[in-house]
Amino acid sequence: MTDGDLILNCENVVMDYDGFKALNNCNFSVHYNELRVVIGPNGAGKTTLLDVICGKTRPTSGKILFGKGINLVGKNAEDITKLGVGRKFQAPSVYGNLSVWQNLDLSVKRASKGVFPTLMGRSSTAERARIEETLETIGLSNHAHDRAGSLSHGQKQWLEIGMVILQDPSLLLVDEPVAGMSDKETEQTGRLLTSLSEKQAIVVIEHDMDFVRQIAKIVTVLAEGTVICEGTVEAVQADDHVREIYLGRAKVAH
Amino acid sequence: MPEQPIARPDSRETVSLYLVGVVLLVVLPLLNVLPADDSWLHLSDFRLNQFGKFLAFAILALGLDLIWGYCGVLSMGQGVFFGFGAYCMGMYLALQIGAESVYGSELPDFMVWTQVKELPLFWYPFKSFIGGFLGAILVPVLFATIFGFLAFRSRIKGVYFAIITQALAFAAWLVFNRNETRLGGTNGLTDFKQLLGYRLSDPSTQRGLYIITVLALGAAYLFCRWIVASRAGKVLIAIRDSESRVTFSGYTPWMYKLFVFVVSAGLAGLAGMLYVPQVGIITPAQIGVLPSLEVVIWVAVGGRGTLIGAVLGAVAVNYGRSVLTNYFPEAWPFILGGLFVVVVTMFPDGLLGMIRKVTARKQTPAPVIKAEGRTAA
Repeated sequence: MTDGDLILNCENVVMDYDGFKALNNCNFSVHYNELRVVIGPNGAGKTTLLDVICGKTRPTSGKILFGKGINLVGKNAEDITKLGVGRKFQAPSVYGNLSVWQNLDLSVKRASKGVFPTLMGRSSTAERARIEETLETIGLSNHAHDRAGSLSHGQKQWLEIGMVILQDPSLLLVDEPVAGMSDKETEQTGRLLTSLSEKQAIVVIEHDMDFVRQIAKIVTVLAEGTVICEGTVEAVQADDHVREIYLGRAKVAH
Repeated sequence: MPEQPIARPDSRETVSLYLVGVVLLVVLPLLNVLPADDSWLHLSDFRLNQFGKFLAFAILALGLDLIWGYCGVLSMGQGVFFGFGAYCMGMYLALQIGAESVYGSELPDFMVWTQVKELPLFWYPFKSFIGGFLGAILVPVLFATIFGFLAFRSRIKGVYFAIITQALAFAAWLVFNRNETRLGGTNGLTDFKQLLGYRLSDPSTQRGLYIITVLALGAAYLFCRWIVASRAGKVLIAIRDSESRVTFSGYTPWMYKLFVFVVSAGLAGLAGMLYVPQVGIITPAQIGVLPSLEVVIWVAVGGRGTLIGAVLGAVAVNYGRSVLTNYFPEAWPFILGGLFVVVVTMFPDGLLGMIRKVTARKQTPAPVIKAEGRTAA
């Protein structure tokens, strides 16, 4: 049933909020080292899909197989994070009262994140080097000791991406990374995600079709809690059903 | 929660802290001993003892600042842990009275008049100083571990946690008030005579207790500083900023909350233990809802999330009380409440925040742009 090279395979996932099915028998799979973009109209269940994968909410039914067939359903968010699923939220969520460096330092993947190891923990030289490197990648080297709360919106988005990178996830879930970014920032973010996808699988939720065209190879279209179409950007845009429910609206909006 | 600057004492502040430490530890006791009684330099036994009491309160405030100021969890039950510590030491002291008691019985006086013939079993460990000492720390720690485990595991947060801790304070007050609890009921424990053979009425014993309190406060402060400076301390701030994000960084927030809650309870127990021999009495009135709330006010007035602010607030508010209650005893609760409202609405960084602002302006004249962005990796 499962291909050997799937990192994520959601089977018949249902998320029922008191009768409203945010996810309705959703089947969704991602290959290793794939950059997948998920699009869909508002309320299609995109964010809910990421929520059930990373353990933020527990699906009503269905299976979510990760890596070598580990079922993520029923595990808590900390454990799913440790298994290698990283989540970047839609609204930038960083620790505003800590410095950029401290934000990254807390996020580094470590053997134990229990109270006492963390109390005694000192950053190793290798960890420091990785943090420096990540600061470089996300373009915040000059802000290492600034309070994260004082960063601009785009910088916070990048900082959060950096935090997720340092967790060494094999699957990265990214929710609308370019919302509120300038064109230049958007393009930089696109390049960053593309380069990251050489080493890890990434699922990106996005509204901005220009951005989708920049980064996507395969696009999944979600509507009313189910996958209705999957394929290249061109193929998806040519699909009548998709035009009807999604691009039609998008055209109205433009 | 408003975003606050990352509070961290700079070198100037560290120097001032050392100075304050020297004053508390050396200068004040010397002013008590050396000058003649009628000299203006003389610090009376009463004042020194009173200061010792304030410093014990400062330890209590440190614990609350750790859990509230840093981790954002408001505990309104710190008075309970303080009470546990105070009663444990009080029980030891009560058993040390021996035949000097009013009724000449080996049993504490209240047992005589409530017709308790034999020492209740749970009093036995407190026959020794070690029992009283360990009990004063371990009883609050154990209690906080169980209570905190149940509360934080069930993800009780914010206002709900504040309310159940307040309920805890009320429940503890009721239990300690009952004669059946065998802890002296409403009258509590008092009339202590000696501690490890030293007479408590002797000024030199009180001076010794004062010095021990200063040392304990110093140690407690350094311990809290160490926690706050560690990576775990950053996790605490992260929990305050965005608890859900912490989970997705791989940490389990409730364990960290439990940890600081237990540490704060231990500090409260230590404070209670130091309070009792200096004040000479512990009653349920010291452990209920109001005393627990007062701790919150001290920390808010001093400046949350700074540690130094907690110490400052505890000493300043209690000193203010001792002065003002002389003149307007009835008005004190209103003054205290008014102070809280004024501080929370107008000076969210408390006394320490004001001091930092004033000194920063003096020190750095013209182009100071980002004095508050100062942080360390």
